[in-house]
Amino acid sequence: MSKKVQAIYLWWHKPVIDKELLQSLPNLKVIANSGVGMDHLDLKLVASFGVKMANAPCAVSSSTADTGMALLLASARRLVEGYHIAISSGIEYREADFLGVEVTGATLGIIGMGSIGYKIALRAKAFEMNILYHNRTQRKEHEEQAVGATYCKKIDNLLQQADFVMVVVSLTPQTHKLIGKRELELMKPTATLINISRGAVVDQEALVTALQTGVIRAAALDVTYPEPLPRDHTLLKLKNIIITPHLGIKTDKATYMITEEAVENILAALNGLPIPSEVLPS
Amino acid sequence: MWYHKPVIKEELLQSLPNLKIVASSGVGIDHLDLNLLSSYGVKLSNTPFVVSTDTADLGMALMLASSRRLVEGHQMAVSPDTEYFPANWLGAEVSGATLGIVGMGTVGYKVAERAKAFEMKILYHNRNQRNKEEESAVGAIYCKKIDDLLQQSDFVLLSVVLTPQTQKLIGKRELALMKPTATLINISRGLVVDQEALVEALQNKVIKAAALDVTYPEPLPRDHPLLKLKNVIITPHIGSATEKTRRLMMENMMESIQAGLTGLPIPNEVL
Repeated sequence: MSKKVQAIYLWWHKPVIDKELLQSLPNLKVIANSGVGMDHLDLKLVASFGVKMANAPCAVSSSTADTGMALLLASARRLVEGYHIAISSGIEYREADFLGVEVTGATLGIIGMGSIGYKIALRAKAFEMNILYHNRTQRKEHEEQAVGATYCKKIDNLLQQADFVMVVVSLTPQTHKLIGKRELELMKPTATLINISRGAVVDQEALVTALQTGVIRAAALDVTYPEPLPRDHTLLKLKNIIITPHLGIKTDKATYMITEEAVENILAALNGLPIPSEVLPS
Repeated sequence: MWYHKPVIKEELLQSLPNLKIVASSGVGIDHLDLNLLSSYGVKLSNTPFVVSTDTADLGMALMLASSRRLVEGHQMAVSPDTEYFPANWLGAEVSGATLGIVGMGTVGYKVAERAKAFEMKILYHNRNQRNKEEESAVGAIYCKKIDDLLQQSDFVLLSVVLTPQTQKLIGKRELALMKPTATLINISRGLVVDQEALVEALQNKVIKAAALDVTYPEPLPRDHPLLKLKNVIITPHIGSATEKTRRLMMENMMESIQAGLTGLPIPNEVL
């Protein structure tokens, strides 16, 4: 049976691709990932077995951008808290006290301006947000102008000015704990951190401290490390946090499109053709 | 006047012979008897434009939260019983979907501006059609008959003013015209929707879900079926509840009051 396997379609990091598995599948030609992140794969190991790899970058960007905006809005307007007040039994709520912060006209700092980051900028522009971004490389002028985004070569400049900081980078050794104590302290005390990239991009312990001591106002995380968090983790108990279960691409449409992309990649690999979204070990 | 208090009835007006002006917070004036006030020579003002962007933002927040199952997701993420996140747990895509806006006033139009950036297809129903430039700026298509909008929309957002004509605008018939995969979002007034019909529609899967910033009454009685439905998000009328907007509202109200007391033309007067 194992000699028949030519392709693997990875769904939510399963099966785990390790040396034993690769050795047991001599005719494996391609591993297609459901999603864009490849941080769970040892790219060099896979390549050393002559196996090609592909991800699904196109299908994920709108859904993930939507998730980023959903979290930003929900956090700013205290939607989850508001819901609990609206449905709770017996608690007399004082409407006049319940205030959130404005989204329209606020400053959004996007860290990581790839396809997803750019789609977020497109959406945020419609909310008349002032957009700053930090990226490995600056985008072209017409791309910047289309969304009214200002490049911040130094991440510090972005952190100091943003009301909302949206983290949209891929996880690499360079972006590991990109947002730590120093970065959180540079942020405004009225600012919100939104993470839709990978849990490990944020120093979680530093985030807990920052949220508890009012260094930043709130956080909204679609990703944590690990997922799910241990049930006794402090993040779960904080009032000024929204956590969602990595639902970035979990829509019917995105799931369908990701699978289509994966099948395209697999068929190309099996037919010896160029693979549309091939990922090479860097 | 803050959150409809105090209640303006004849007894109150009779007891305040020198009352010159009632400044109401927010844009809605459906809780006031305009004829009664003018019969006592009392002027009225509201705060119409300052609330628009926050309300539009909340409409978008509710649409995204409902569609992506954000509240449910948060509960799963923090629940003590959660061991893993199920792989087949899905929401519905907002980008590229069809949004039907019922009531294309200031708030409705701002919703359209925001929704366009999500590449949504936008339909709208309004007493009057907007002009061509306004329509093409947001890519909105006019539906003279509300039925056309209801039948095609994935999301139906209500941003009308409450009047005798819009009371129970969305009832059993309208809900039945909606797609079974559609979501109703209400950021106008609770009375625009026939709440009993809505409960039934949600229970029988006539529509998929609802997200309501407004109900009738507010708050709902604690045993109301809407509070128990899994496919409903309710928020406590927070459409304009941001620090900045509330401050602006109060500034507007002060301006109106000062003008009313000094006999000058009243900004935001309601006639």
